[in-house]
Amino acid sequence: MSLELKPAAGSVRAAAPRRPGGLRRRLRRLDTKLSPYLYIAPFFVVFGLFGLFPLGYTAWVSLTDRNLLNPVVHFVGLQNYTALLHDSYFWNAVENTFGIWVISTVPQLLLALALAHLLNTKLRARTFFRMGILLPQVTSLVAVALIFTQLFSHDYGLFNYVLGQFGIDKVNWEAGRLSSWVALSTMVIWRWTGYNALIYLAAMQAIPEELYEAAAVDGARRWRQFIHVTVPMLRPTIIFTVIVSTIGGLQLFTEAYLFQPRPGIATGGSGRQYQTIVMYLYEKAFGSTQFKFGYAAAIAWCLVLLIAVFSLVNYLVVSRIRSAE
Amino acid sequence: MSAVSVPASRLARRRRSAARRFEHAGPGTYLFLLFVLACSIFPLYWSFVVASHDNSAIGAYPPEVAPGGNLWRNVHRLFNAGIVNVDFVKALGNSLFVSSVVTASVVFFSALAGFAFAKLRFRGRKALMLIVIGTLIVPVQLGVIPLYIEMIHFHWITHLQAVIAPNLVTAFGVFLMRQYIVGAVPNELIDASRVDGCHTARIFWHVVLPAVRPIAAVLGLLTFMTTWNDYFWPLIVLNARNPTVQVAVSAVASTAYVPDYALILTATFISILPLLLLFLLLGRQIIGGIMQGAVKG
Repeated sequence: MSLELKPAAGSVRAAAPRRPGGLRRRLRRLDTKLSPYLYIAPFFVVFGLFGLFPLGYTAWVSLTDRNLLNPVVHFVGLQNYTALLHDSYFWNAVENTFGIWVISTVPQLLLALALAHLLNTKLRARTFFRMGILLPQVTSLVAVALIFTQLFSHDYGLFNYVLGQFGIDKVNWEAGRLSSWVALSTMVIWRWTGYNALIYLAAMQAIPEELYEAAAVDGARRWRQFIHVTVPMLRPTIIFTVIVSTIGGLQLFTEAYLFQPRPGIATGGSGRQYQTIVMYLYEKAFGSTQFKFGYAAAIAWCLVLLIAVFSLVNYLVVSRIRSAE
Repeated sequence: MSAVSVPASRLARRRRSAARRFEHAGPGTYLFLLFVLACSIFPLYWSFVVASHDNSAIGAYPPEVAPGGNLWRNVHRLFNAGIVNVDFVKALGNSLFVSSVVTASVVFFSALAGFAFAKLRFRGRKALMLIVIGTLIVPVQLGVIPLYIEMIHFHWITHLQAVIAPNLVTAFGVFLMRQYIVGAVPNELIDASRVDGCHTARIFWHVVLPAVRPIAAVLGLLTFMTTWNDYFWPLIVLNARNPTVQVAVSAVASTAYVPDYALILTATFISILPLLLLFLLLGRQIIGGIMQGAVKG
């Protein structure tokens, strides 16, 4: 970018003192006309090249039988999509992804709301508490996955030890469908609750004091103030967090991928009990030497569609609930 | 504060205190927050505990919950390429390089575009800004397959360019910068500089860049962390011979048939450590940034 900027800057500076007349004015006009486009160009060029173009091109690839091992590419129409609709592994992955999303997002956002409410008081060591709950957010997904995989391991995991202290038999977390979902949701909840709590807290602090005063005059105590003032005022923020967690949750990959006893193949357990959609995409494209790029691209587009539709549904549901109050 | 007072004023005070949002936190609140805090910290502490024991401690009954004295031996094993099939020093260097380049680029180009969107007038400004905001919610990660094909054409597979180039700009950065510059740089200052004969590039360099320093620090920190922690795309385009830290850690985790947890969690702990230190030093700014972004977003 400095390369693009410097010639323009240099020429204006050189011209400025000597020729006050037409050239200078013309350069100045050129500067005000072109500079804005020059400044936003890097974003649009890079984003277009590595973001938007690939995403759009995915649609084209999904209509072909493109395969890394096969030099000839054929147009196959909607064949990949019709195959996908009859692919039980795909629907299994969809079910897993949504299941994990529900049992991770609902407790997470409720807990975050409660945490934010408690943090929104006169608190000693405020920064300390805020930093503490944000700590998991700094931890990489890989680290979260590996630490919790050890904690959830069957024979020597700490969680099974604690359960054993209460007389409960060891759970083979990885092997079961629901149990593996619970383990993966625990990772998601651990990493994201504090972040969402801070977002809610920020929104709570922006609520005008008068609303609480008015509610108090009407005799509303703390809990009722929370339900009738805080939550409705938080509606846009709640929608925001639900959408963000939808977009992120439906793309769940790292936690589940590294939860596997043998990462690399991305089947999500021996019975595909926790294979997510992105894992299935990975399996088809890069995993078990299949390199079925056309098919994987179809999975990607279906996921984009699912995210869009599901975000919209969530948006409608959340706005409906709040306005009913 | 005194409890003895005229009943009427006491009633008024009670009413006022009920209205006060910032009530003093009770012991229950502290207890709950401390519990949440313990849950937040424990897994990280646990990774350190396992990393500081040898593997026999993992099967111990009851489990070892205090740090042991085996950390250096594990670290030594990790950095000895003969034992693990990953060059961990190289991984750390790669991640530092990638994250630094990406951070510098994101901050600079975001400030540049944010300045244009906030303060310059040009045709299509509103529409283009809408595109930027729209791309915030587009899951571009799902374009991995064509992106991979692109990288093959560029001959960038297994090279660091492949993980740097796609991350050089972010819509979030542009958005954050625009929001900040609208309020932080007065229009009068820009007009005055123009009257003084400043061209746009000089205004950006001498007026805008100094003004955005606080938000640049926040954006820089968040970008550095995101890039350091990125996994999905690096996993696809890099390999264990030229990895980033996350790829290296996952490679350590997936080599042995019987997982060597002491080694795996040593690698994990070391991969977290730089960000942990950064967070302890600058956590206040990071929190401020997240909360600021939340209110404005």
